[in-house]
Amino acid sequence: MFHMPGILELPASEIVRRVKLQEISVEEYIGECFERIRTVDPKIHAFLTLTEDDAMVRAREIDIRTRRGEKVGSLAGVAVAVKDNICTMGVRTTCASKMLERFVPTYDATVIERLKAQDAVIVGKTNMDEFAMGSSTEQSAFGPTINPYDLERVPGGSSGGSAASVASFEATVSLGSDTGGSARCPASFCGVVGLKPTYGLVSRYGLIAFANSLEQISPIGRRVADVATVMDCISGHDSRDSTSVKTGPTSLRSHLIEDVSGIRVGVPKELFGEGTDEVVSKSVWDALKRLEGLGATCEEVSLKSLKYALASYYIISMSEASSNLARYDGLRYGFRLEDEDWDWSEAFSRNRREGFGPEVKRRIMLGTYALSAGYYNQYYLKAQKVRTLIRQELSRVFKVFNILASPTMPILPFKLGEKLRDPLEMYMCDFDTVTANLAGIPAISIPCSTYRGLPIGIQFMAPPFREDLLIRVSYTLEKSLRLDLRPAV
Amino acid sequence: MRVEAVPELKVKIGLEVHCQLTDLKSKLFCSCSADYRGSEPNTHICPVCMGLPGTLPVLNRKAVEDAIMIALALNMKVSSRTLFYRKNYFYPDMPKNFQISQYDRAGGVPIAKDGYVTLDGGRKIRISRLQLEEDPGKLVYEGTIETSRATLVDYNRAGVALAEIVTEPDITSPREARIFLQKLRSILEHLGVSSGELEGSMRCDANISIEGGTRVEVKNISSFKEVERALNFEMTRQRNLLRKGLRVGRETRHWDELRRVTVTLRVKEEEEDYRYFPEPDLVPILISEEDVERLRASMPELPDSRKRRLMEQYGISMQNAEVLTDNKALAEFFEACAADYGRPDLLSNWIVGDLLSYLYDMGLELRETKLTPGHMVGILRLIDDGTISGKIGKEVLKEIIITGEAPENIVKARGLVRISDREYLERLTERVFEENPKAVSDALKDEKAIRFLVGQLMKLTDGKADPQLANILVTNRLKALAGKG
Repeated sequence: MFHMPGILELPASEIVRRVKLQEISVEEYIGECFERIRTVDPKIHAFLTLTEDDAMVRAREIDIRTRRGEKVGSLAGVAVAVKDNICTMGVRTTCASKMLERFVPTYDATVIERLKAQDAVIVGKTNMDEFAMGSSTEQSAFGPTINPYDLERVPGGSSGGSAASVASFEATVSLGSDTGGSARCPASFCGVVGLKPTYGLVSRYGLIAFANSLEQISPIGRRVADVATVMDCISGHDSRDSTSVKTGPTSLRSHLIEDVSGIRVGVPKELFGEGTDEVVSKSVWDALKRLEGLGATCEEVSLKSLKYALASYYIISMSEASSNLARYDGLRYGFRLEDEDWDWSEAFSRNRREGFGPEVKRRIMLGTYALSAGYYNQYYLKAQKVRTLIRQELSRVFKVFNILASPTMPILPFKLGEKLRDPLEMYMCDFDTVTANLAGIPAISIPCSTYRGLPIGIQFMAPPFREDLLIRVSYTLEKSLRLDLRPAV
Repeated sequence: MRVEAVPELKVKIGLEVHCQLTDLKSKLFCSCSADYRGSEPNTHICPVCMGLPGTLPVLNRKAVEDAIMIALALNMKVSSRTLFYRKNYFYPDMPKNFQISQYDRAGGVPIAKDGYVTLDGGRKIRISRLQLEEDPGKLVYEGTIETSRATLVDYNRAGVALAEIVTEPDITSPREARIFLQKLRSILEHLGVSSGELEGSMRCDANISIEGGTRVEVKNISSFKEVERALNFEMTRQRNLLRKGLRVGRETRHWDELRRVTVTLRVKEEEEDYRYFPEPDLVPILISEEDVERLRASMPELPDSRKRRLMEQYGISMQNAEVLTDNKALAEFFEACAADYGRPDLLSNWIVGDLLSYLYDMGLELRETKLTPGHMVGILRLIDDGTISGKIGKEVLKEIIITGEAPENIVKARGLVRISDREYLERLTERVFEENPKAVSDALKDEKAIRFLVGQLMKLTDGKADPQLANILVTNRLKALAGKG
């Protein structure tokens, strides 16, 4: 029943190599991607918008250039799916919200410019929780994405479409975004790799903000090497983002090394706490034992501040969101009701009431509350203090350990609708991932096992700008595990 | 019954002045041209200043340098680390529904704090803080706010750099508020960072309270000229309330320029909650001691030192020097004239006295006239060489302000050359004596009454008679009469 997609299964670097040697035609490969999308997407709904015409034109262009012997980029021909909160010039960018259903950006995000400059081919825009607020991609205004491994289960979120599209071979790699785990969570649930870079390493210009101080655009791929390849293309300083770090692009591909000897892995107890599925715990520990077998040392460590991470994360992200989303009033762009002679204040209220979904409204209200006079010190400021504590505690622990390891998600992919009634239960899913965002450190999720056909992810975190360590350890584990992951579509 | 004089209750005024940094080529956080005046609506905009989803602000470093220079000129302490905050509120003129500004609470640090401006006469007005922020767009109505079918929004102004200068409530009268603002404007113009001449480039909000009363905020004062008017109205309104034993409510009022009244905008029970928090898309600005010293060294001459220099270099009075330096354009005009004219004291009297009062009467700024330093010097030379009288000189000045004609041409065209024809003037003197026998007999008794007769003679010549000669002729004729006596 599983049809081997052949060319679609190749890693990005292999596609580029063959394109450059003219062993495969980009037109044919991209054509196959869309064939696959037509077959699979009705079942999993990973895409909100397909850019087939554009993609085919670009594919043919690249083929012409290779035939002429012209130089092509480091991602020549590679099919990329892009989360729908990353602006694409001329292609609607909805944030999976009714509010931006017809919003067509007049500019490309920096990462899109960089992908295009390296001749990547964007195949479409992927589904997500509305404005990236959610952990299951059920909060999309356009219907949920389905987990390709089990069509009754969620793909994780909020970058559910980006992870599911790659997991089901609709695209070779994808871009997600990660505010509190939004790339790692669906990577874990969909059996793919997701890397949340160090804060400031990838430009946020063109990423529609949910929580500016926490989020990074994050590459997703089926293999560690693919994620490294994309990272090397999109990272590095951008003068349009003031929080972008003054550093060149990464060269993570040079760290695809099978060697973890002497690597000290810290395992924070707090991230295996109450609510962590035993199956998940066991899988992660099995993987860590395997790393020990390969020459690493693993040791439990206690990070006391982490138990406040989730609360702190939600206060900060909701506060920032309440301000970021204020601009959606229907006046200049976006959802707007037929004018009924309302004054502006009435019109703003009605547009926002109709345009936003329930989870977005909940977070705007909570964030507004947390920033209000009289509550600011109690919530926002306290959350920032916790953030500082977490940073300090992590920087101490990184003096002893090279990296930290934990489950990515405390639980297995859950069933559609299972957690929709209780937002707190949904928020709890982010318990293990938010720490990296609060501290601004890099974190990766890679598949480490499956349970009854459902993928389980392990998370590694490293000190700022040590993506190289994450890549090396993940690559070594990936090679050693040789998991045979087969989606159900 | 004896009515006791009630001493007027004291007034306290604080100002919040918003000055556009008009020397900047681009807006505060994007590369759009800040020179939007006279452009079609919504043509000076880009994804960043329109706050389109996904865009990010990037700080204009020159704006920070401008702000540091202002801080130094206002004797303020420059912060070594300062950051931007978001001020959150919904309003259609703000593309993001928050304004990127600065804040002095909740961990915020404005770019500079604690300075003062010394007014002529020595009074100090304390400045509590200086902040950088973005200007909102502009709401435009067809006709008036009441009759307009719709509110139109022009975002050309949105994102233009503003320096917000906040005073302590040290100002004691509406007139002093105007004087302070004039001085501030002159300082900013001398720095070259803000040109107060451009429409809407300097605006201000005021808070005013009468001793024992509540603080009322007055918004929408669109120019410095309006400040004194608005505050006078508000002061009188509050005094009348207190006199009647009524309470002054804590509120924000709006200055209606057309009706020249303040009207209630909103009654506030408590502070509006702008939910300030640090702008996460911008990083803190670090200002080193070296940056500050480098800018301090490059500071141009400021009004106070220019005033002292004018007094020393040209020997003009302190009062004239103060008036001249309260307005950069005027001081420059004076110095340009003085370079070509050897009697700077006389020159300064003409500029401070005559020229300013004509400009005031005509409601014009110097730059709006066609008057050049060459014209001014030309008039004074014509007076000095006796071609025209001082009085005619004033008429010529008024005409040049409007027409820009050369003074020689005006004098020639209108036949204003001074009459020094002795015979002709003697005949006219005879006529004056015949027509004013009463004045003549008065003048014989009291020398002071001579002036009336000279005046009559000047009148017959439309002021063109050489006044010295006229005086001699009248005196001689009186002496002759007295001799006959």
